[in-house]
Amino acid sequence: MPIPWLSFLVFFPLAAAALIALMPRSAERSVRLWATIAAAAEFVFSLPLWWRLIPGMPHFQFEERLDWIPAIGAQYHLGVDGISGLLALLTTFMTFIAVLGAWTAVEQRGREFFALVLVLEAGMLGTFFCLDLLLFYVFWEAMLIPMYLLIGIWGGKRRVYAAVKFFLYTMAGSVLMLIAILSLYLMQKNMTGVATFDLAAFYQMPIAPAQQFWLFLAFAFAFAIKVPMWPLHTWLPDAHVEAPTAGSVILAAVLLKMGTYGFLRFAMPLFPNALQQCGPWIAWIAIIGIVYGALVAMVQTDIKKLVAYSSVSHMGFCMLGLMAMNPQGFAGSMMTMLNHGISTGALFLLVGIIYERRHTRAISDFGGLWKVIPVFSVIFLIVTLSSIGLPATNGFIGEFLVLLGASRHNMAWAVVAALGVILSACYMLWMFQRVVFGPITHEENQKLTDLTLRERLVFVPLLLLIFWMGVAPQPFLDRCQPALDRTLQLTNDRAAAAGRMVGQLRGEPASATSNLTGGGQ
Amino acid sequence: MNLVPQPSFLPVDWWALGAVITLTLGCLVLLLLEFLPAREKGNRGGIVSLLTLVIAGYSVYRVAGEKRALFEGMFVHDPLTVFFTLLFCAVGVLSVLISWDYVKRTRINQAEYYALLLSAVLGMVIMAASNDLITIFLGLELMSLALYVMVGFRRARLESSEAALKYFLLGAFASGFLLYGIALLYGATGTTNLARMGAFLGDTTVIDNPLLLIGSLLVFTGFAFKVAAVPFHMWTPDAYEGAPTSVTGFMSAGAKAAGFAALLRVLLRALGPIEAQWGDLIAVVAFLTMTVGNVTALLQNNLKRMLAYSSIAHAGYILVAVAAGGPEGAASAVFYLAVYSFMNLGAFAVLTMMGQGRDERVLVSDLAGLGFRQPLLGVALTVFMISLGGIPPTAGFMGKIYVFSTAVKHPELMWLVIAGVLNSVVSVYYYLRVTVALYMREPDGESVAISWGTPAVIALILTLAATLYLGLVPQDLWVLAQRSVSGLL
Repeated sequence: MPIPWLSFLVFFPLAAAALIALMPRSAERSVRLWATIAAAAEFVFSLPLWWRLIPGMPHFQFEERLDWIPAIGAQYHLGVDGISGLLALLTTFMTFIAVLGAWTAVEQRGREFFALVLVLEAGMLGTFFCLDLLLFYVFWEAMLIPMYLLIGIWGGKRRVYAAVKFFLYTMAGSVLMLIAILSLYLMQKNMTGVATFDLAAFYQMPIAPAQQFWLFLAFAFAFAIKVPMWPLHTWLPDAHVEAPTAGSVILAAVLLKMGTYGFLRFAMPLFPNALQQCGPWIAWIAIIGIVYGALVAMVQTDIKKLVAYSSVSHMGFCMLGLMAMNPQGFAGSMMTMLNHGISTGALFLLVGIIYERRHTRAISDFGGLWKVIPVFSVIFLIVTLSSIGLPATNGFIGEFLVLLGASRHNMAWAVVAALGVILSACYMLWMFQRVVFGPITHEENQKLTDLTLRERLVFVPLLLLIFWMGVAPQPFLDRCQPALDRTLQLTNDRAAAAGRMVGQLRGEPASATSNLTGGGQ
Repeated sequence: MNLVPQPSFLPVDWWALGAVITLTLGCLVLLLLEFLPAREKGNRGGIVSLLTLVIAGYSVYRVAGEKRALFEGMFVHDPLTVFFTLLFCAVGVLSVLISWDYVKRTRINQAEYYALLLSAVLGMVIMAASNDLITIFLGLELMSLALYVMVGFRRARLESSEAALKYFLLGAFASGFLLYGIALLYGATGTTNLARMGAFLGDTTVIDNPLLLIGSLLVFTGFAFKVAAVPFHMWTPDAYEGAPTSVTGFMSAGAKAAGFAALLRVLLRALGPIEAQWGDLIAVVAFLTMTVGNVTALLQNNLKRMLAYSSIAHAGYILVAVAAGGPEGAASAVFYLAVYSFMNLGAFAVLTMMGQGRDERVLVSDLAGLGFRQPLLGVALTVFMISLGGIPPTAGFMGKIYVFSTAVKHPELMWLVIAGVLNSVVSVYYYLRVTVALYMREPDGESVAISWGTPAVIALILTLAATLYLGLVPQDLWVLAQRSVSGLL
């Protein structure tokens, strides 16, 4: 039996978290060192996902399958493909960065803090790896608990409100998905007689378009809250602003991607006909999110809140790319997920660093930082430009592909969404100008110290990635494109199959069938 | 199935009756022990109860695979009996453990307390093992009378007496309803034996006999009172709040499970054929029960009251399974009851440790900052709350999955399932309040003193382990629950 590598990746952080939680309270300093070592080790262990994963393989790799609850056919089934592989790498990488970045930010209860971050990492990896719907739901909801505690215990002034809101919003969405999962399970059982929650089995099960609609809505609602899509986004600014820096970084970098990943892996391939029905609506909602997020970001006075609303805008691009339903849109969406994780994660780190020094995040409290802390300012500039999507930084390729994909589907989508690109330049550069340039308006800013060695070390890999993905995105695309194409293919095939099913049932092969299959390009 | 009178008991019958016999003897021994002088520090009542419960459980477990009908089919030993007897013994053991120090520090008379606890367990066992409405009623009264006294055990406190009186008066009404229902059913079918009643209803053509309908509704009302279903839930918050905390834990787990055990058996064995006529009613009661329970729990600041309303809500979830009907619905209800017993007793184990002496500190605000000062209590209470809220990876989640996956099979119950999951979102709000207090607030004044006691900590760890284990590996209990409702006698 091969080594259960994916299980190891999921359970290593959990074990590390348990050990860290049991360390003596006096060992606060060594706790952060050990947590960093654990997160770094986890990243190193996950690195082989980059080269050992064979992109062209038509199925999931490194699969592990154990019986979990045989009474209902639930399995412990893990596997990885190009999509989840890259997102898992993003997870381990950003968790490492977040842990390293949180060294001085967490003043008390460090043991619990780092243990919870590692538990959260385990939950996120489990969510990306699992191929069993019940297991997916378990990871998906269990993940809420550590994040809730991170926001609620180490957050800002309104932390309790933000934490509870985060929990309830996400939970409200996901319980409906649970009913949908159970209904799917039941349909499978009635149709084939086999009780299973296996995703592959659901991929093969034809679902009548009429039933797809409600199931799709239940899934889409859960994922749309997580993305978050306008108008379900209101938990995000609160959670982001109140969360500690490491929490914000992980929330932005990985947790939001769970929503788009859920669409890509579950909602879209499982319910393609409902997708064709709702796709245009979702795309327009995504576009509203893009423009709305950008406009609201523009008027923010708090840097962290501005970055939070920019997330709403960027995640709108991810959703738009998915709804374009073509290879370019998918690839753009995938790249935007990665880019947003890196750029926004870096932005939250920068905000956290300046907050640690000045204990304020108001834009008006800054100005003229360029002369006082040049290293910080240069990094801030690069990250800002990458968030805008300047060519040669990572942000460009993702948004470009999304717009390309959207324009091939519907020119109007691309035209309106492009507005978001322009607006993002406005709000980011305007904020940057007010914070970094100009005269020094506050005396306290004179005494700011520049980045320490540790902080610089945090940004070295981030900057490298920003330029690498900006200049040579091909290795990333190579890894995810085959899996994305397969998902697209699967979605279209299933739409056609369901159309045929309807045709057979009604005995009218002509009109209904062609309608359903026609929209899938 | 052997319904003819048996000339003599086989050894297996003695083992099957072992639980009833042992519990009766244990109860009597406890009362007699009072005549002997006790040592100041000793806790012979607790020790005797533990031994009794363990022996009772073992006796039934030893012949777990057998099926016997005794006393002309009034008392049956079948998988459902075994499952619930073991569950009640486990609930009894855990309750004794959490009472151990609590009863001492609140100066409750120990011998009587444990004797009543054992007789309540005995009543529960009889309820689960009865295949006859008369014996069910006997068991129910035995359990209820013991509980009325236990609720009022802290005579010095006004709340305790008030709670006992309310519980007793309303409970007496409920018993009346039940008995009247039994009489009507007897009039309609000519028997009180569940198996014969089921056989009669299976053949008969006069199924729309109004006596049958009214009788079964009255019986249902009697059970609905015991399991605290809306609109028969009014006694719950007061009784739960006024009772000594350890008693609250015991009755929230045990009495509810016993009520459902009897209800399930009645439905499966006797009233199955006419359930279709009032299945919708159960669905409506289930909806009201969980909604009223959860919404009212939102407003509570007293943890005991909050858990009382939460126990109403959980009765609602279990009624969803009952509304789904059939062996599958019953199996999921059985599973949920076992899971609920463990997580709820765990939560009460924490509550019994709060405060010192006769003091009882059970406000949500009393938990402030406790999570970091007492990591074990904090983690345990958090896990129990998460589990009660039905969030993975805990046993409560598996219970909900089982119940809802059974109910989803009935398209006409879809609305109830949606209402159920949305209810669980509402419930999460007040369960989260507990974790907010534990970890995100600092105490206003002095922090609450904790009365540590080894037995209570053992109970805490056992329930914690069960809650987590059943959340990760529910397979065994799942299969047991399925077996327990197949092959009823």
